[in-house]
Amino acid sequence: MDASIEVTGLRKRFGPALALDGMSFTVRPGRVTGFVGPNGAGKSTTMRVILGLDAPDEGTALVGGRPYASLRRPMRSLGSLLDAGALQPSRSARNHLLWLAHSQGLGKQRVNEVITQAGLESVAKRRAGGFSLGMRQRLGIAAAMLADPAAIMLDEPFNGMDPEGIVWMRGFLRSLAAQGRAVLVSSHLMSELQDTADQLIVVGRGKVIADTTVAELLATASGSRVTVRTKAVTDAAQVLERAGATVDVRTPDLLAASGLASEHVVTALRAAEVPFSEVAAHRATLEQAYLELTKDSVEFRPAALENSAATEVTR
Amino acid sequence: MTAILTDHSAGLVGEPGNRDGFGRLLRAEWTKFRTVRGWMIGLIVAAILTVGLAWLTAAGSTIGCSNGSGTVQLTGRACLPPVPIGPGGEAVNDSFYFVRQSLTGNGSITVAVTSFTGRHIAGNGVGRVHAVGTGQGGLVSGTGPWSKAGIIIKQSTKPGSAYAAMMVTGSHGVRMQYDYVSDIAGLPGRPSSPAPRWLRLVREGDTIAGYDSADGIHWARVGTATLAGLSRVVQVGLFATSPQDFRVQSSFGGQSVQGGPSLATGVFDHVRLSGAVNGTWTGGNVGSSPSAGPPDLGSGFHASAGTFAVSGSGDIGPIVPGPGGGWYPTAAIEQNLAGAFIGLIAILVVAAMFFTAEYRRGLIRITLAASPRRGQVLAAKAIVAGLVTFAVGLVAVIVSIAVGVRQMRSQGLYVLPVSALTEARVIVGTAAMLGVMAVFAVALGAVLRRSAITITVAIVAIVLPFLFAALNIFPYDVTNWLLRVTPAAGFAIEQSIPHYSQVNSLYQPANGSYPLPPLAGFAVLCAWTAAALMLALILLRRRDA
Repeated sequence: MDASIEVTGLRKRFGPALALDGMSFTVRPGRVTGFVGPNGAGKSTTMRVILGLDAPDEGTALVGGRPYASLRRPMRSLGSLLDAGALQPSRSARNHLLWLAHSQGLGKQRVNEVITQAGLESVAKRRAGGFSLGMRQRLGIAAAMLADPAAIMLDEPFNGMDPEGIVWMRGFLRSLAAQGRAVLVSSHLMSELQDTADQLIVVGRGKVIADTTVAELLATASGSRVTVRTKAVTDAAQVLERAGATVDVRTPDLLAASGLASEHVVTALRAAEVPFSEVAAHRATLEQAYLELTKDSVEFRPAALENSAATEVTR
Repeated sequence: MTAILTDHSAGLVGEPGNRDGFGRLLRAEWTKFRTVRGWMIGLIVAAILTVGLAWLTAAGSTIGCSNGSGTVQLTGRACLPPVPIGPGGEAVNDSFYFVRQSLTGNGSITVAVTSFTGRHIAGNGVGRVHAVGTGQGGLVSGTGPWSKAGIIIKQSTKPGSAYAAMMVTGSHGVRMQYDYVSDIAGLPGRPSSPAPRWLRLVREGDTIAGYDSADGIHWARVGTATLAGLSRVVQVGLFATSPQDFRVQSSFGGQSVQGGPSLATGVFDHVRLSGAVNGTWTGGNVGSSPSAGPPDLGSGFHASAGTFAVSGSGDIGPIVPGPGGGWYPTAAIEQNLAGAFIGLIAILVVAAMFFTAEYRRGLIRITLAASPRRGQVLAAKAIVAGLVTFAVGLVAVIVSIAVGVRQMRSQGLYVLPVSALTEARVIVGTAAMLGVMAVFAVALGAVLRRSAITITVAIVAIVLPFLFAALNIFPYDVTNWLLRVTPAAGFAIEQSIPHYSQVNSLYQPANGSYPLPPLAGFAVLCAWTAAALMLALILLRRRDA
């Protein structure tokens, strides 16, 4: 089964607000794809369109090459968790999974399996309404995994999880990808995805800003630079500029080079036989790279950032 | 913690295709329904309310009466009247004054009715009229619409026996009536001395043909009755009878019923019998007893020079609920189902929530992601809510009628008998009505998406019109209109005793009578439900979840 998710040219307007403005990307099997962007960037809307819940004004969304709504056992192709709070509070966790299982032609045995695997045995008979957000997230994950889907899509799964849960979630997502499933995980916090996602789709104002790997994103971030401590500052600057870096001589024995990875800096200096005492890479964090990318797309920026007045933004 | 991983190569339980898509969906929706305890409790409460109210209403009062000689006071079951049963199995009134001869084999009777008059009690007697006094003093002249006098061929003088008759009536012209429930119109108008109404009955074996004529020369056949198993010897002769007279004053907020017994007198001329008759006229009341039956306002007959004046009180026809019902406290089986409409409120709440709760929690997105065919989701929810309600309703209705009928009889209320088929229709139909109403609420829930609004609309559409009707809050016409056009028309399915146009009574829901026939009323409810489902389908498909 083709595990990919393909989104092409989605546009959707809610009244005056353009929620999706040409959203296009592909989620490939075997890797964790992070779906990041500020609140209101269109992540949840895109996910609803993928599930056939919202109809786009334009564009298509395919799961394994077919529209989700045309699938006979859709949860076999794509397991999803959009809102962990979407539960009938008086129904037990087990019965919540049971009706979902029945809808996919599955039985009690499979429900028991996912309950065990999600670590919900002790609470399975309790009303789901009494669950903490973290417990609800686990129940939602169990539901998404119920039909052993080829692809899985989770909207903000880290919300409400304790540190132990976050660690578990990261390992869980990686293992799903390792099994060859396509994994799409949204978050508004890059840090949650830093050590988990292989691919990043950064979105803002309804479209994709960057579709890149984590390493590429870091390299392009303007904050990345390498500092070189050397007695021969002038020679070093010449060599590095020739190698393609932008050089900024800061003190008589220190320069900063940007646009060149640290190993390339070392190779270039060695080749030119320029002596140096220290080469240090200053990586921009993923968070910084992300903020830089999305700074134009944030819908609601606290007024305090622009004005000293601590008033709320009113529009 | 263990990761939720499964081996892709291992097949999952129940895979694949061992259950078709819609079957899976039905099962899922049933699982959803049964796993919310509040909903199951709601339905059980609905059943308990239905049965409980049947028990309570029936447990009200006990009927009192005195024995035949009026010396011993009796109550309850001992007061059950000897209600005659017609050839069709229905309870009938069969009381009239009969001037008769016996006829053996085939024969005929011909008369000219030259005068038809009557008297009734003026203005006294309110509500139940079977206990009204019979003093001659307060009588005023006038005939009721269905006062009648004419000729009759009857199996015997035993009340409830088969008959065929030709008659003049107070307001409905000449009629042929037979075996209590059949009624055919003949010549219009009332007889008078210059313009009499000629009537003729001809017996041939089991068949009796009725004719009328304005001049005694030109005859028209009004109808033919086949009275299966009519004996060789029958009673033939003249009769007069006049049912309870009542007047209804209806206004916003209620109505009052006034009435009392009445008397009809027919004057017969040119009385001719043919066939093997015994030649001697005998007069007497049929179907009157001191403890039950119409009070005697002066029935009897007077013959002189070939002219007969016959006066009688009572009625020949089916007993219906309401003031035209006759002289016995009677009840229909569906009067035990008043609780079904209280239970209905609980049913509507549960059925509405079955859909709206999903919107409230966002669960609808999980449902539609699991089953993207939205029409099927709507259908599955409707079927589950409808069938569960039907099943619970069926049990509640069966128990209500069983408990209520026992209770009624022990009080001395006469429960009008109906055929097994009719009883089955009332029971199954009421359960089906509740089921369809639940489906209506489910569809409304899909359209309106909010519990409070959905429940309000469902109650306004279904419960309120019925309540207005049952409590006579609006005038008769308004009530009848409400029960024709609103989904509450479906309550007609409960009606066990049909509307007989030849019996003057107050045919209104408070008496268990609806403006539409049972299946037509049910069809109106189904049409509303179908419309609501269509709207729900369109909106569910068009709207983002």
